[in-house]
Formats: sequence, C-alpha cells, structure tokens
Amino acid sequence: MTNDEIVLAIKDIIASIAPDEDLSGLVLDVKLREQIELDSMDFLDIVMELRKRYGVQVPEADYPNLATLQGCVDYLAPKLASKQLATSKMA
Amino acid sequence: MIDRRYYKGSSDGKRPLTRDPLAQVKSRYDVIVIGSGLAGLTAANVLAKLGRRIALLEQHYNLGGMATWFKRKGGHVFDVSLHGFPVGMIKTCRRHWNRTISERIVRLDGIRFDNPQFSFETEFTRADFSNKLVEVFGIERARVDQFFAHLAGMNFYDDPGATVGDLFEQHFPGRGDVHRLLLEPIAYANGSNMKDPAIAFGIVFSNFMSQGVYTFSGGTDLLVREMRAELERNGVEIFSDAAVESIAVERGRVRGVQVLGRFLEAGAVVSNANLKHTVLSMVGERHFDRDFVAGVQAVRLNNSSCQVYMGLARGQTLAGNTDLLFTSTREAFDADSLCDFRGQSRTFSFYYPKTRPESGRYAVVCSTNAHFADWANLDASAYLREKARLCEEALAGLERYAPGIRSKLEHVEASTPRTFAFYTQHWQGASFGTKFEGLRYSLELSSQIEGLYHAGSVGIIMSGWLGAANYGVITANKVDAWMAAQLSPSLVPKA
Ligand SMILES: Cc1cc2nc3c(=O)[nH]c(=O)nc-3n(C[C@H](O)[C@H](O)[C@H](O)COP(=O)(O)OP(=O)(O)OC[C@H]3O[C@@H](n4cnc5c(N)ncnc54)[C@H](O)[C@@H]3O)c2cc1C
Repeated sequence: MTNDEIVLAIKDIIASIAPDEDLSGLVLDVKLREQIELDSMDFLDIVMELRKRYGVQVPEADYPNLATLQGCVDYLAPKLASKQLATSKMA
Repeated sequence: MIDRRYYKGSSDGKRPLTRDPLAQVKSRYDVIVIGSGLAGLTAANVLAKLGRRIALLEQHYNLGGMATWFKRKGGHVFDVSLHGFPVGMIKTCRRHWNRTISERIVRLDGIRFDNPQFSFETEFTRADFSNKLVEVFGIERARVDQFFAHLAGMNFYDDPGATVGDLFEQHFPGRGDVHRLLLEPIAYANGSNMKDPAIAFGIVFSNFMSQGVYTFSGGTDLLVREMRAELERNGVEIFSDAAVESIAVERGRVRGVQVLGRFLEAGAVVSNANLKHTVLSMVGERHFDRDFVAGVQAVRLNNSSCQVYMGLARGQTLAGNTDLLFTSTREAFDADSLCDFRGQSRTFSFYYPKTRPESGRYAVVCSTNAHFADWANLDASAYLREKARLCEEALAGLERYAPGIRSKLEHVEASTPRTFAFYTQHWQGASFGTKFEGLRYSLELSSQIEGLYHAGSVGIIMSGWLGAANYGVITANKVDAWMAAQLSPSLVPKA
C-alpha cells in the first residue's frame, strides 16, 4: 500500500464506524478527534478493523500514534507495505 | 447433570431439566462466553463477526442477564432494567449489533426530580443541568462552567484519592441540594456514593447526564430477541439452562469449562459472571498469585436492588408524560440512605403503550437500592411480610403523583436482593458489579491466566447497559488480538 492508499484505508474504516460524518475535508495533521466526533470506543473499532482487514496488530500503548491521519500513515506504512487496499466498497 | 431449572414465573423454585440443554454442543470452540448479560452478548457477537467460533453458555432460560423482563397473567409485561441509558448506546448498537436494534432507541422526554429540596423537570442534558444550577440553585454560571470543565479534563490517571465528596466540596461547598442533583441519578444507576473515586463519577456523569436519557422502544424482550437473532446469524451457538460449574486451567492457561457435568474445550474463555465469582469460585484461588487473590477478595461488591412492579388493568390509563421520576421525602440528601431497608427515596419508571404499542398497557416500576444483608436472613414469613411492606410503601409513594392509582392496578409484585441473586447468581445480588477497585483485576485477568478474560459490570464505570455492552467490545478486542497473536506470533508487535 502506498501512503495515499493508507489514508484511503483509514478513511474507509472511519466511514464504516461513523457513517454520518463527512470525511471529505479531513486534513492530515490535525487530530481526528478535533475534526470529527470520535471517542475512545471509536479508536478501538479502528484497531479491530485494521486487524480484521489487514492482519495488523496495534497494541494499546501505540494507540496515540493513530491520533492524526499522518500519524496513521507513519505508524502503519511499514506494517501495511505488503498489503493490498481493501475497502468495504470494493468488497 | 445438574437437575435444576427455573420455574417460569416463580421467584423461588427451580425445576428439573427435562431435556439436555447441551444436546447440540460441540467439544471445542475458539471462545466460550459464560453468561449472556449485555457484556457477554456483545463480546460474543463481536468475536463471532471477527470470525471466531463461539459458544455462549447461560444458566438462566432467558438471555439478557439483568437486561430482562417477565410476564404475568392478565397480559402484564415488566421490564427490570429498562429505565434509561445514555445516548452512546445508539452508536454501540449500530456498530456492534445492527440497525434494527439501534433505530429502536429513542429519547425519553419526561424526567422529573421531586424532593423536599427541589422539584422540576429536566432534559437531562449538560445545558439544562447548567441552567438549573444557575436559575434554580442560584450558583454563579462561571462556577458551573468550571465544574463541567473539571469533569471534562479528568484523566483516568488522576489522583485516585479524590472522592466524589471532595469534588463536590471543591465546587459546591456545603450545597447538599446540588450534591443531590448531581449524584442521586448516578447512585441509582450504579450504586455510587460520596466515598467513591471522583474519576468514576466524572466518567459516568459525562456519559450519562449530558445528552438526555434513552430507552429501547419495544421493550427488553424485543431487544433480547433481536440480539439472539443477530447472534444466530453470525454463527454463535447459544445454550441456555447451562450453568458453568468451573473454568479449567492448566499450567497457567485456560483449557475450557465444566458445564452440566461435561468438559468443553476452548481457546479462550470470557466470563460475564461477577468478577469475584469468576476468580474465587469458578477458577479457584490456587491458580492465581497470592497478591492477586488477596486483591480480589478485598474488592467490594456494589449494592443490590429492590423493585415493585405495578401493572394497570386493561383499559386503565396514566395521565401525564413522566417517564422517570426521582423522588424522595427525605429532607436532606445522603447517598448511603438510598440503600436503607426502610428507605424514603425511590425512582418510578412509567411505561406507556408507546413502549409496547401492541399491548396497549400501562405499568409502573418502583426501584430502590438495597443491601443484600438486610434481606438475606429473613425467615419465610418475615420475607413475605417485608415484601408486602415494600409494595405498600411504593403504592403510597406513587399515590402522591397518581391519585387513585390503587384502584387501577391489577398486579403488584416485589423483587428483592434475594431475587436478583437467585436469577443471576451474582454474589449478594450485586446489581452493578463491583466498586472501582475491581476494574484493575478484571482487566488483568489474562496476565494471571492466559486466555481468561472478564467482561461484565465492574469498577462502577463499566456498568449499566452501555458500560456493560462497551466492556464486551473492549474485551472482545483483547481476546481477538491475543488469538491472532497465537496463530502468527510474528504479527505481535513488541508491546
Ligand atoms: C434493578 C436494576 C435496574 C437497572 N436499571 C438500569 C437502567 O435503567 N439503565 C442501565 O443502563 N442499567 C441499569 N441497570 C444495570 C444494568 O442492568 C447492568 O449493569 C447490566 O445489564 C449488566 O450487564 P452484565 O453484562 O454486566 O451482566 P449481567 O446482566 O449481570 O449478566 C450476567 C449473566 O451471567 C450469567 N451467569 C452468571 N454465572 C453463570 C454461570 N456460572 N454459568 C452461566 N451463566 C452465568 C447470569 O445468569 C447473567 O445472565 C439496572 C440493574 C438493576 C439490577
């Protein structure tokens, strides 16, 4: 997955978790929580989806890395390098 | 095989099993979930959707645990714990159950307080509580804002020494009336009192008393029916009348469970039974470190409950639109007194045909907090006498708001801490799990015994319908992560 694809992958997961949110205007380096309504249960859902879709494990101590989209890219890039983007729309 | 089963419609008898509840059971599952309270149900559903093979074992004939209902002659249906929950339940149900369930969650619009210190209707929102504090209680708005800012900024790792009482004295010193407003609903919702940690109050208050109170339209029976259907669609194998006797552990790792005289193997076990019951009796002390056992032994259980269920005769109606009424005749507030054997404080939940449109019936449920010890040792005749007194006090209390109610009622019945203990097997009939200190042990179970997890009311913050359901999700995530790591250890990041 490229960095752009990682952003797509995360946005697709968020879209499934928070279907009422408009994600088109999300910017990379502002905390997700400050742009849309996400609470700690939502972050847990993101982690579960990452494991389900891509087999990626994110231990609790690393959750803060997922605070921004850029953080997600930096943290997930090595873990997702060999994976294919799988969005719910494609499935 | 254990030869007992609940008499349907009885609070004091169990009858022999006439069939083998485990006739269809397989010998091994990925995960066995013990107990079908909202935490157990939700954990089972999440894990099944993640592809795990799950067996759900429930000792009662119904699923739901405390989220339950019962029927009585004459077409009466009573909900036990459907008084109200926070808005967050919509999201949890949409995400981890389905839209049929989440779309039935609706807001209550008639919530009242009535006691010698204040009497008003409230939206049960942060904005409305702020206004009440300013307009009714005469507190400066800046102070009110400071209080809410303090709550919002509370951190789980804050000084655990600060109590609810400290928090109240800091912001509203000497204002017993304000303390009553802020704590009474939460004391009913989870047994909290002034001595509990401020952080537990802060978390629950921010969730619960901020965006209104919600209910499930259709009643608990419909909710549980929909949940069962969803579990079945996701492949969960459900076994009721199946009381787990023990959890098998070998060399620090969970192996399965012993149920109705049979051994079932499991990769992981999630217990939705009470934490203390799970550790001290289903697993057994010898499998844990001594410090852990001592810690669990010291964990305090939360209080239990009494309820009086009042069903109106067909054709009889209730005027007004109050859904939830917090009432007391006690001059001043004292959280501990909410558990008094002869208490002066109670909540009334009013059920209109909107709850179950097809039945067209009205019902009222009176709830009070209670101590198991006050009820445990009454002999049979004293027990009946005290139950009758409970009913009489509830009726007298209700009469003040619904004059002439007695003549409209067709069915009146009480439950006590003994009833709750009987139906859930929770020690001392604990209604809301454990006090705050229990949370740590619940979270750390798997570091004592590999593959063993707890999901159920614990630590004050993980209780109530939403707390329990969310804890089911949290635990399911931990179980799934652990199982994924077992299959491909290379995936495990260094934690
Ligand atoms: C009177 C009352 C009113 C309440 N009102 C509200 C309310 O209005 N709103 C709200 O949000 N919350 C309310 N609550 C609290 C809420 O109902 C509970 O916190 C929540 O339902 C608990 O869910 P749970 O998953 O922790 O476990 P429980 O519901 O306690 O379920 C545990 C399950 O495990 C089963 N079990 C135990 N041992 C075994 C065994 N050995 N083998 C097999 N099964 C076993 C039990 O039978 C039970 O089904 C109320 C509680 C009470 C008692």
